[in-house]
Amino acid sequence: MLLRLQQVALSFAGNTVLHDVDFGVEPGRIQSLIGPNGAGKTSMFNVITGFYRPQRGDITFDGERLVRQEPHRVTQMGIARTFQNVRLFREMSVLENVMAGQHCRSRAGALSAILRLPSQRAEEQRILETSLACLDFVGLLEHRDRLATNLAYGHQRRVEIARALATEPRLLLLDEPAAGLNSGEKQSLIGLIRRIRDERGVSVLLIEHDMSLVMNVSERISVLDHGRLIAEGAPQAVQNYPRVIEAYLGQDDEELTW
Amino acid sequence: MTWYDSLLQQLVDGLVLGAFYALVALGYTMVFGVIKLLNFAHGDLYMTGAFAGFGGLSLVSGVLGAGWLGIFVAMLLAMLAVGCLGVVIERVAYHPMLGAPRLSILITALAVSLVLQNAALSLTGGQYTAFRTDLGFGGLNLGNLFLSYNQIVLVATAGVLMIALELFVSRTAYGRAMRAVAIDKEMCRMLGINVSAVIAVTFFIGSGLAAAAGTMAGAYYGSIWYFMGFLIGLKAFTAAVIGGIGSITGAMLGGLILGLLESFGTHIPFIGSEWKDVFTFSILILVLVLKPTGLLGKSEVERM
Amino acid sequence: MSDSSNPRPSPPRSSSQREPEARRPWQRLIIAFESPGPRRALQATIVLLLIVMPWISSQYTTVILTNALLYVVLCLGLNIVVGYAGLLDLGYAAFFAVGAYTVGILTQQFGVNFWVAIPFALVAAAIAGIIIGGPTLRLRSDYLAIVTLGFGEIVRFTARNLEITGGASGLSHIPEPSLFGWRIDSAIDFYYVFVVLAILAYVASQRLFDSRLGRAWLYVRHDEDAAEAMGINRVRIKLAAYVIGAIFGAIGGIFFSVNLGAISPESFSFQQSVLILLAVVLGGMGKIPGVILGAFIVVLGPELLREFDTLRLLIFAVLLLAIMLFRPSGIWPEKRA
Repeated sequence: MLLRLQQVALSFAGNTVLHDVDFGVEPGRIQSLIGPNGAGKTSMFNVITGFYRPQRGDITFDGERLVRQEPHRVTQMGIARTFQNVRLFREMSVLENVMAGQHCRSRAGALSAILRLPSQRAEEQRILETSLACLDFVGLLEHRDRLATNLAYGHQRRVEIARALATEPRLLLLDEPAAGLNSGEKQSLIGLIRRIRDERGVSVLLIEHDMSLVMNVSERISVLDHGRLIAEGAPQAVQNYPRVIEAYLGQDDEELTW
Repeated sequence: MTWYDSLLQQLVDGLVLGAFYALVALGYTMVFGVIKLLNFAHGDLYMTGAFAGFGGLSLVSGVLGAGWLGIFVAMLLAMLAVGCLGVVIERVAYHPMLGAPRLSILITALAVSLVLQNAALSLTGGQYTAFRTDLGFGGLNLGNLFLSYNQIVLVATAGVLMIALELFVSRTAYGRAMRAVAIDKEMCRMLGINVSAVIAVTFFIGSGLAAAAGTMAGAYYGSIWYFMGFLIGLKAFTAAVIGGIGSITGAMLGGLILGLLESFGTHIPFIGSEWKDVFTFSILILVLVLKPTGLLGKSEVERM
Repeated sequence: MSDSSNPRPSPPRSSSQREPEARRPWQRLIIAFESPGPRRALQATIVLLLIVMPWISSQYTTVILTNALLYVVLCLGLNIVVGYAGLLDLGYAAFFAVGAYTVGILTQQFGVNFWVAIPFALVAAAIAGIIIGGPTLRLRSDYLAIVTLGFGEIVRFTARNLEITGGASGLSHIPEPSLFGWRIDSAIDFYYVFVVLAILAYVASQRLFDSRLGRAWLYVRHDEDAAEAMGINRVRIKLAAYVIGAIFGAIGGIFFSVNLGAISPESFSFQQSVLILLAVVLGGMGKIPGVILGAFIVVLGPELLREFDTLRLLIFAVLLLAIMLFRPSGIWPEKRA
């Protein structure tokens, strides 16, 4: 297991969000986490990435303990994420946004920056090249000098993925990457997710409501409902579990587009 | 005088000091509650209140004299005037900034503080102004303990104001709206609560209380000057933090605790009175580090 | 929610700008000077002007300009804290004081050579920055503002109450330094020392801004959570800004003390901190040329306003308020239209 959650419990002010969840992601996999609104999917991302502290349970990533680490440490250890509502540095350029990802893979301090030491200059060059490569990977190289806020929404989502890739992760968490995309964009997102795994060897875990995308891209699906993991397995199998159908009944139609 | 008497005397001194701190701390904490702003100008409203009280007293002393009655009326006038000033400041300076980054609104608050301070500096030429009253030096002798009438009236007035505030906040519709706005402004708007009006009332009350403290301080200490709000502003903030910023009871409690701490702290060997302020700020920093939510404050909402 | 999720236009970055839509002539002028060629020319002209200034102006003007250059150093330092990292520091003069007093005490009371004393002063400022910033930078940003305000007062009270700092009257007869036999003592000598310091502060600011650390400050200022998710330790990054700002302040203080030869607690008052902050806000937080201009305005302005003596500070206060309300990005124009 690359990522493993054991008996993770999370609650806010008495409301239990996650009930003793056991969950895992195998290396080299594209996996989806689905479930109705309010099931606790994003909370689970936040627990994994250190934004929330679970009351109980253990999380390991590649054998290292992850629980109670600060978010920046989690990223340094190799888990990158995107946000449900895109959170780019809006008033900075696309390239500068992607360069943020390289921060944790570089180390020049204030003194070497002030003195412009050769090592610092080489590092800046490396940051630039890696970031440009990530931007190229998501197909937005020509937009590098534009302000992030001026990009089309679909492009902003891609920049966020490029930024996450620039942290050189081993596992990428995508929080509803297809939200707000048109069908063409969704198609190319599927291609992008596959290329992330195939070409860069990064495992992908995504939260998504668009079922056709989930069925199309995932190799394994986990279903979360009311903070409990109610089903797990291959897409076709999960689709037919009675408990999954039950959990989705009563949800609005949009989310029933299997 | 035995150590026991001196302890009691310090308790009395601490209570008086604590009453001032609590009155000013209330304004900080109320404003922080409704708009999440540290109103740096609050200490200067206390100063302005002292000058307004001084002006008010010279207005009414011809008829009412400069005894307790005159001072009381002057204090009410000062509370009214400075309360309105507080509302104007909120409308003109803070309201347009509510959507801006926190840094901008903090600097704006600082700017307001500087405008008040330097306006008073220009008007007084930086000199102390004597706050003359007809208050005597009489008091009660309880054994070795001396309680001046002034101290008694002052603490009692502060107590009455705080009880009135507590009743206002817990019993009236505006008070309830104030607490609701502190919790969720957006929700209040949707429920049809006039959020702007609630904020205005909060500023009015907070500023009025600062003015009451300012007038009483002027009458009690006998002189006022443009810079008098600076230190007390800092200390009242400390009091608010000790009690838990955003909590009204906490501000009262924090004010008293700080007053007592200062009164006793300066009698600890090696901490002379010249180190009093350093002592206070060290307490502030310690509280912020060890328990930033204070005694009665609620913890911040989770991140994200 | 963290407090920085509401981004405002960031200060313009120096390299590779985008969407250049100059509308007014002066904006076009600024853009022209942002491109490398004309910019170099402008920088050279300013340096040249600074060099010849003492020869074409009175001694009085030289002294005033020296003061302005001191402010350039201080303002560029505070700009790293306020402008880049978005932290409000209301006790910046404390670091200025730490630098001045450390050097003053070491040279005047212990006979330490000035140049040997400098590292001690810098380390003292850095330690002070860590002590103050370390615990408070984890908290809400407004707490930092008030803690720094308290810290500024603590430093001033301490200086006033200790014997080693000379109490309320301060330290005098701080010996003048010499460098390779050149005794730095005249007004013109110190003027040149401050020219060098200001240029160094400018270059250091610019280079920091164009570095990994400079970008990290902006990331954290714009969106703390997104920055954390990118592996940026926000507390550490803010602390770096705070400590670097402290060191800039100390450098200003070190040379201030030997320039005047005497220091007293009142040189490091709250007003001093406010004045430095005013210059930074006035020029435009985060914009280096703007901040330099702001420093000059704050020092030269009062010289022009001499007749309004007691109103001077009031005018500044109103100015600060007006900027925040009507032009929060400062007087230096935005590069992007």
